[in-house]
Amino acid sequence: MQTIIRGKVFVLGDNIDTDQIIPAKFLSYNPSDPEERKYFGMYAMDGVPAGQSGLPGGNTRFVRPNEFKSDYAIVLGGKNFGCGSSREHAPLAIAEAGARVVLAEFYARIFFRNCVNGGYLVPCETVERLVEKTQTGDELIVDIDNCLVTNVTRNTTHQLKPLGDVKPIIEAGGVFQYAREAGMLKPA
Amino acid sequence: MAGMTITEKIMAKHSGRKHVQPGENIWVDVDILMTHDVCGPGTIGIFHEKFGRNAKVWDKERVVIIPDHYIFTADQKCHRNVQILRDFVREQGLPYYYDPEFVKNELGMPNPYLDPNKTTYKGVCHKALPEEGHVRPGEILLGTDSHTCTAGAFGQFATGVGNTDAAFTLGTGKTWLKVPPTMKFEFHGEIPPYLTAKDLILLVIGEIGVAGATYKTMYFAGQGIRSLTLEDRMTLTNMAIEAGGKNGVCDVDEKTLQYVRHRSRIKNWEVFTDDANAQYCYEKQWDLSTIEPLVAKPHSPDNRDTARNCRDIKVDQAYIGSCTGGKITDMIFAASILKGREVKVPTYVVPGSTEVHSDMKRLNLVGAEKGPNEKSIEDILLDAGCKVGPSGCSACLGGPPDTFGRLGGTEVCISTTNRNFPGRMGSMQAAVYLASPLTVAASALTGHITDPREYVVKPIQTGMAGVL
Ligand code: SF4
Repeated sequence: MQTIIRGKVFVLGDNIDTDQIIPAKFLSYNPSDPEERKYFGMYAMDGVPAGQSGLPGGNTRFVRPNEFKSDYAIVLGGKNFGCGSSREHAPLAIAEAGARVVLAEFYARIFFRNCVNGGYLVPCETVERLVEKTQTGDELIVDIDNCLVTNVTRNTTHQLKPLGDVKPIIEAGGVFQYAREAGMLKPA
Repeated sequence: MAGMTITEKIMAKHSGRKHVQPGENIWVDVDILMTHDVCGPGTIGIFHEKFGRNAKVWDKERVVIIPDHYIFTADQKCHRNVQILRDFVREQGLPYYYDPEFVKNELGMPNPYLDPNKTTYKGVCHKALPEEGHVRPGEILLGTDSHTCTAGAFGQFATGVGNTDAAFTLGTGKTWLKVPPTMKFEFHGEIPPYLTAKDLILLVIGEIGVAGATYKTMYFAGQGIRSLTLEDRMTLTNMAIEAGGKNGVCDVDEKTLQYVRHRSRIKNWEVFTDDANAQYCYEKQWDLSTIEPLVAKPHSPDNRDTARNCRDIKVDQAYIGSCTGGKITDMIFAASILKGREVKVPTYVVPGSTEVHSDMKRLNLVGAEKGPNEKSIEDILLDAGCKVGPSGCSACLGGPPDTFGRLGGTEVCISTTNRNFPGRMGSMQAAVYLASPLTVAASALTGHITDPREYVVKPIQTGMAGVL
């Protein structure tokens, strides 16, 4: 697992639901088909209302039109990130666009579980609310082992909560790898 | 030692332990795994990738596949996804698969069925699961859909999971769970005729917020819950996820047992109850006589208000359907207000399952077999000017642009569904108000949000509708 992630941050608000992260009309793509899977990257965050997309200014797309990859390696949200539908397409879409870590005050549980068990993204919880202290495009360094996020642009450092019980699964790269390493599954 | 709740007891039993407590991570044996056409293809892909191309599911009798989301559309990828399910069902020899027929209807649309009495297709998975006998007290049900929590109305642990989790369970029959703490919501008194469980759950979500039950169990208790039909209890547990809940659960009573005795494919189950000294992380009580018909305003299920307060809001469309508000009792609630009247705005009706659709044709307004000269529930709705579509998820989640009842512009819609997030029903510019079938029907008649007390004068009987 990559434990230090450096890159630009895309800032969102509270209650970002999975319909905003990947709208239902794109769910007919099959994520198990490598060609179709790329489109989840193209449409990641397509359902976020324009004014809320890329705070504080808004009107910034996570992925530029007709591109498959995002300029942002890190997504920051407020409360209840990933609420709503259980679609695993949501963390998959963010990861497919190229992001590696999400920071939020707390997560809706199915989204959190999907991030961890599917090995898509590291879902870190911030100790304090960072949405208003961060601007889309700021350069961040997320240090997972030391539970720190540094905003290089603003020269500030903030604490993250420890990953806790799920850290071994995240480190293994998902629930399958974890269960294999724990001897619960036969090696692939 | 502290007592245990229903959910804790179910988890203890399925992990082979005598006692569990909130916060513990445990591996449990899963009783039933359900998937559908949106998450099935991804789940199957991961299953093949991780367990091998020739792998077999852990137990054929315990896997249920119910296509329901993108059924009434000409979109080719949606049809391809159903074909992936069919291929998997054939490869694995799965007995519980409910196939849409894709016959052309008069509009040339690929219809999942022509006659609800003669089809393998079922409709919305959460409605189909209990109907088809896959739901029982004391069991663990996982589904690749967040509203899998609906089945908690039957006194079981039921929750939504993603594709990776589902693929893991498909191959192993197991999953890991963190034991959730329980919040207890107790309702006293009897349900008055102008309220349905939808009002109660909007009340609760408005109280604790959309994240108020994150990681927690929502236990709905008291005489007020016992006074609800089983179908109405499903409306409560269905929307546990709208407060972030891990699961919702109700006590098992004679109504539950009557249902599962009649339907369950497996004839033994275990009924759990909360110990007298069970621990709750939150408790709140209400008297049903003090509650008013409610709505959730755009764009969040916790944006609660009374229907009465919203009477100045004009509506452009009404929608009666989904796993929350498309059950036969919901149809009876709506029809009893719409009977002999005419809707003022386009009103879309989507039966939650083909059984609901069949019952709409078969039953009268009090949920009994209709006589030869009597109007069916469907007749009453059609006479009132409603449009009735085939059973399925339909516009509840927007879906492909040709979806029945989908919002396309700046409409204001009042709906019996469960989510009013921006864009949920198809248009980012639309505004969706969530309400009970009574409130939706009353609003469809007037063209503005209307308190159903203006129309409901006597108790609405639903008889054995949706049970037997
Ligand atoms: S009816 Fe709506 S909420 Fe229910 S399963 Fe279908 S899309 Fe989900």
